[in-house]
Amino acid sequence: MKKVERIGVNVAGYVDDRTGAAKWLRKNLTKVFPDHWSFMLGEIVLYSFIILLLSGTFLTFWFDPSQREVVYDGSYEPLQDIKMSAAYASALHISFDVRGGLLMRQIHHWAALIFMAGMIAHLMRVFFTGAFRKPREANWLIGVGLVTLGIVEGFLGYSLPDDLLSGTGIRIAEAIIQALPVVGSYLAFFAFGGAFPGEAFIPRIFTVHVLLLPAIFLALITIHLMLVWYQKHTQYPGPGRTEKNVVGYPLMPIYMAKAGGFFFIVFGVTAFLGAVASINPIWLYGPYNPGQVTAGSQPDFYMGWLDGLVRMAPPLETAAFGYTISWNILIPGLIIPGILFTLMALYPFIESWMTGDKREHHLLERPRNNPNRTAIGAMSLSFILVVLINGGNDLIATHFSLTINQIMWFTRIGVIVIPPMVFVITKRICLSLQRADREKVLHGRETGRLVMLPHGEFVEVHEELSAAEKFTLTQHEQPMALQVPNSDANGVLNPQGLKGKLRARLSQAHVEQVSAPSASEAKELESGHH
Amino acid sequence: MNAGVKRLSRYRRHRYAAPALLITALISLGATFQVASALPNSSRMESTPKSTLIEEGARIFAQGCSSCHGLNAEGAGIAPSLIGVGAASVDFQVGTGRMPMADMSQQAMRKDPIYNEEETAALAAYVASLAPGPAAINEAQLTYERDGNTAEGGELFRTNCAMCHNFAGQGGALTQGKYAPTVMGVEAKHIYEAMITGPQSMPVFSDKTITPEEKLSILKWIKSAESEPNLGGASLGRTGPVTEGLLVWTLGLGLLIGIAVWLTAKAR
Repeated sequence: MKKVERIGVNVAGYVDDRTGAAKWLRKNLTKVFPDHWSFMLGEIVLYSFIILLLSGTFLTFWFDPSQREVVYDGSYEPLQDIKMSAAYASALHISFDVRGGLLMRQIHHWAALIFMAGMIAHLMRVFFTGAFRKPREANWLIGVGLVTLGIVEGFLGYSLPDDLLSGTGIRIAEAIIQALPVVGSYLAFFAFGGAFPGEAFIPRIFTVHVLLLPAIFLALITIHLMLVWYQKHTQYPGPGRTEKNVVGYPLMPIYMAKAGGFFFIVFGVTAFLGAVASINPIWLYGPYNPGQVTAGSQPDFYMGWLDGLVRMAPPLETAAFGYTISWNILIPGLIIPGILFTLMALYPFIESWMTGDKREHHLLERPRNNPNRTAIGAMSLSFILVVLINGGNDLIATHFSLTINQIMWFTRIGVIVIPPMVFVITKRICLSLQRADREKVLHGRETGRLVMLPHGEFVEVHEELSAAEKFTLTQHEQPMALQVPNSDANGVLNPQGLKGKLRARLSQAHVEQVSAPSASEAKELESGHH
Repeated sequence: MNAGVKRLSRYRRHRYAAPALLITALISLGATFQVASALPNSSRMESTPKSTLIEEGARIFAQGCSSCHGLNAEGAGIAPSLIGVGAASVDFQVGTGRMPMADMSQQAMRKDPIYNEEETAALAAYVASLAPGPAAINEAQLTYERDGNTAEGGELFRTNCAMCHNFAGQGGALTQGKYAPTVMGVEAKHIYEAMITGPQSMPVFSDKTITPEEKLSILKWIKSAESEPNLGGASLGRTGPVTEGLLVWTLGLGLLIGIAVWLTAKAR
């Protein structure tokens, strides 16, 4: 044994004698994780969160979260001697007078966008594969909470520099607070410490942005990961994979290397974006001034759908008992997002209620094998996409020579018409894909090779799938519709009432499937014409 | 004797020699006449007395503009009266190619001018002769480089212009397909004329609303924004967060997912 090794053994032995860490480490370092690209979406989010913490800490060294008025005297000439808030002046200082400051600011903002985009992509993966099912409902709820808080955190972040675009965003946030019936104006005064814009808001949101929300994120992410650890990772179905095992590679050394390397890749991509692409060029926007606004005031993309909803709202207002209720802000700004996020959070429970499925699931479903859920997901995405388009209606109008009114009417009608269409189409596509799978299992893969038989007939050679492929394509469950009793023991008709009828109807829709070929069908075919 | 001259002398008695000589002579005579008549023509333009400039403008107007604006510029159902719009308006509309319009769409768009500078000046003189109005601006009057203040111009631009033309002067959408065009790459005199005449959907910014010195400051800021390098890297159109969001979903997440696929690919 070399000297170095001997020292290592001694140190490890010393620690193990006192903590018993070896046993715990052996158990956890050999923990197995399944391998799939879509399982790394969450990692992208985690790593961009770390990048956000690091770059954000750097920015706080110089950022002055104050709305005190100062006169700019920095190196950006076109704003020389302009009155502005200390927050904006210090953000300019970071951009132009701190070494690496602009790069760090851009990395921080790009990382925030990757954080949000990664979360949405991760959420879509979890939804479309059914990974949220029992026992992972709690983790789904945490995820929905993280997305919600992420939207708030991002909004607060780009509101901090107090440039023209930030201020416009804060003004809209104030309008949404004010739209709350009765208490709205009081709440707005409370949040802003007086009339808009005041001097209190930026210092306050700074504390929330750098202290409160990151702490909550850290706590939620920790619980999120611990739950993944203890509940084990889900896996895609395949030969040898069951509800009781996890097939993959051990944490040490495979995932340590992969995940560690991936962290640096995420950091690299973020730094690359920060280095080559401008983001939030606050010096061009100028300082916030309530008397100014710019054409094309848009929020970041994760708020864009809210902006789109507000933009498409018809001008509805009622005045009653001395209070004005601005439905045009209240509905798109609070009620619709509230309904959407509640439905999203409750979806695991809704699905479990519809299907009556209370079992644990560790094997994921291919999206096509659960057509109803996939269609619901696609429908929701199409809704968000349509309103997001309206959020950028002015830019779409100028860049594609359309009129803003056409786009608004297209999205106003589209937001009602398109999602149901997408639901139906997606469901049919899923069922067709199931049919294609069935065809493939029973008749093999089309090879494109044409053979002329001796009597002149042409046939295409079909290549039989391997047993593993056949298993993967046929292993999914064939769910049965929930049986809701027509009458109970005393002969009372329809004992569960309207709720029971609804549940039976939903369950019926949820189980619609093309039946996977059974073993006997396959055998029959084999003896038949092969 | 070299070969060329030999060939010439061989063909000088050819039966087509005389007509060819005649045609050559005629062409060179015509060309000389063209050049001779074109040269003094342009110098005559400069020294044209005002009345002939107006006459020239009236002639161009009758040919190119009167079908919509009326024979006496009195306007018609599809086009406004031009009496009193002044030379500045004509210089802007014709000088930027907006007039004559290519089609009757929502808004006249900028294109290559149809009339050259002299013709535009003649048209402007004609329209200005109908009734008093703002005079055309020449570049020499625009001393913004000397008299403008960039930072103040930026403030004025954000207060008065950015709501339609965007914070970086990139333009923006208005209702019903109308739009505020970009002010980047527009000649200073045309921007100035637009401010004093209020073309199309644009309001008039009179010298009382924005003083001439302030207008020069705005020009200076626009020109400085135009030549400002993209300090943070690719500008993404200077249109705000929409293009940033597009980039993060395509290049950003696309690249990361691509790498994730590569990292989890089965070793072959």
